[in-house]
Amino acid sequence: MSKEPVAVVGVGQTVHTAARRDVSIAGLVREAALNALADAELTWADIDAVVIGKAPDFFEGVMMPELYLADALGAVGKPLMRVHTAGSVGGSTALVAAQLVAARVHPTVLTLAFEKQSESNAMWGLSLPVPFQQPLLAGAGGFFAPHVRAYIRRSGAPDTTGTLVAHKDRCNALKNPYAHLHEHGLTLEKVRSSPMLWDPIRYSETCPSSDGACAMVLTGRAGAARAPRPPAWLHGGAMRSEPTLFAGKDFVSPRAGRDCAADVYRQAGITDPRREIDTAELYVPFSWYEPMWLENLGFAAEGEGWKLTESGATGLDGDLPVNPSGGVLSTNPIGASGMIRFAEAAQQVRGAAGEHQIDGARRALGHAYGGGSQFFAMWVVGAEPPAG
Amino acid sequence: MTPPAGTVPVAVVAFAQTVHRRRTDELSEAEMLMPVLHEVLAATGLRTGDIGFTCSGSSDYLAGRAFSFTLALDGVGAWPPISESHVETDGAWAFYEAWVKLLTGETDTALVYAYGTSSAGELRDVLSRQLDPYYTAPLWPDSVALAALQARALIDAGHTTGPALAAIAARSRADAAANPYAQLRGAVAHGDPVVHPLHTGDCPPVGDGAAALILAAGDRARELCARPAWITGADHRTEAHALGVRDLTDSPSTRLAAERAGVFERPLDLAELHAPFTSQEVVLRRALDLDTRVRVNPSGGALAANPVMAAGLVRIGEAAAAIHRGEAGRALAHATSGPCLQQNLVTVLEGET
Repeated sequence: MSKEPVAVVGVGQTVHTAARRDVSIAGLVREAALNALADAELTWADIDAVVIGKAPDFFEGVMMPELYLADALGAVGKPLMRVHTAGSVGGSTALVAAQLVAARVHPTVLTLAFEKQSESNAMWGLSLPVPFQQPLLAGAGGFFAPHVRAYIRRSGAPDTTGTLVAHKDRCNALKNPYAHLHEHGLTLEKVRSSPMLWDPIRYSETCPSSDGACAMVLTGRAGAARAPRPPAWLHGGAMRSEPTLFAGKDFVSPRAGRDCAADVYRQAGITDPRREIDTAELYVPFSWYEPMWLENLGFAAEGEGWKLTESGATGLDGDLPVNPSGGVLSTNPIGASGMIRFAEAAQQVRGAAGEHQIDGARRALGHAYGGGSQFFAMWVVGAEPPAG
Repeated sequence: MTPPAGTVPVAVVAFAQTVHRRRTDELSEAEMLMPVLHEVLAATGLRTGDIGFTCSGSSDYLAGRAFSFTLALDGVGAWPPISESHVETDGAWAFYEAWVKLLTGETDTALVYAYGTSSAGELRDVLSRQLDPYYTAPLWPDSVALAALQARALIDAGHTTGPALAAIAARSRADAAANPYAQLRGAVAHGDPVVHPLHTGDCPPVGDGAAALILAAGDRARELCARPAWITGADHRTEAHALGVRDLTDSPSTRLAAERAGVFERPLDLAELHAPFTSQEVVLRRALDLDTRVRVNPSGGALAANPVMAAGLVRIGEAAAAIHRGEAGRALAHATSGPCLQQNLVTVLEGET
């Protein structure tokens, strides 16, 4: 029996900011969920199951928060699942929800991811000492900076590529009303002169700490036919994981990322992603990850990702716009960041991305990664239903 | 739900668990997991690279650090990279995620595992962090006190008595004598009061442990297991979080999940209930309408071994193993999550007649 086609018929985000002191965690998730329901013109009664994701419970200090959030998410009497796959969780959560529809277990599913970083300290949550294991030290930046240096050495990239990405993404965010950072008057020179945090990563090349949530309503063919606005159709979705630390691990271009992309492209019938994908929302928490992921995902040959970035191809007016929303560099509610990538990809092919809409976007990639560059989740969505 | 028409049937084909112990200070989580992973793989002849999908359940709060599951993944040997996911919940929900994955037909085998190291902290305090973070958690109500509230409500409603609860404890622990993996085995005194009306015998032991099982679809299941435990239904439901808005003497989420999983369509031989407290068995028996012909928790249940985050998956594994051995034809397995049975998962497993 073939799978049920999966459609995104509602997308909702909160306004993201450093501290949403106006809402509790429950209020935050409800804001995103209600926005997604409104977009789909559905009510809580139309939802058959809820799949929720977020990054470590230590970030807010609530153990298994889905229990406390059951009421706020209208889940009482319904199945409620909690997914946690580190930074890739927002993507994985959407994929678990999509499986429920694809398997015809539930007709319509609400999926949501959140982080309220202001209620805790992610740097602390990531730096707990573990006996006999390498600590992350100063949060994520201290872990990823050596891998960026390795990329620069391996590819021969000039030291300016990272600042180009940061400037581009922050300028894109000015067109996105939900984005956390709106840096009016930002210049390339300001990015280049920002303080060095973890060499070679400068302050303006790092993601902010955000409060925020993102939600989507997923449904099958019948639900899509009733949807008031154009749906985004799932053409391929996959997750891949590899161990944290081992001798053969390539932190610059992890094999799990390459394998995951290959699986998604196979499902979507894509043989040349550079030509066949119109726009991509990539998980770029530090600016140098744009050229790194361009190579890992097959948009550029090994060592050539920085050339694609420098050519302007990944700009809003380039032929492969990357992170038109402003990306993780402009908005980072950690657990939600992956789902925002998936949701922004869906908005692009629905023609619903507002001021940062890419004209004629018919097929888009949403990408998330987590842990020590070891967990990957991706989906390709299209404006047309999948073939078959 | 019961599987949609036309889907290939899915079965549990292998199950393994650790000996559950009060402390495992000398083991990392990966070291605790590896023997059970090797055992289920050996039972089927599969290798890690043969498995189509892997899903695990655990909780960072038990380990006392963020991303604890990332290092446990090393025990799986996830190289070349694997298709993998994780629920921050009891492994029973990882089982459910894997079952759904197999129903899509994308793959025909799945590995599910779960583990918990309750000994790393004070479990009663740790579980209080599950509660509403603004209004309830700051008061630190512990898990035994909350279960005692539920037991008190049951006694007041006339659904049970102190001696009846003591009899549940005695039966469970006597049955555990035949379970080599149980933490508490053989007759155990009902003990002293802990939080009125619960005595030590009404409460689960605190311990560490892990479990794993393998799912397979259709003919693949028949190749891998002489008598597969077919999943004829699985469903889970949640209730409100605040205890004040729930009837603690009832479990409507269990009843609804059971209805959706097809529990009431035919008689059961056996039920493995995830009831860490004696009083919760009373609630679940009523919700599931279990009569005296159904054997409940022959493993000893969570009263004999309660590795938090694995205990629900162990129930599914124990029910499946009873079918593998030919000791049951149709079995129910139940798992719970949250305070006072807030979330409940029910699955039905059947052997071929």
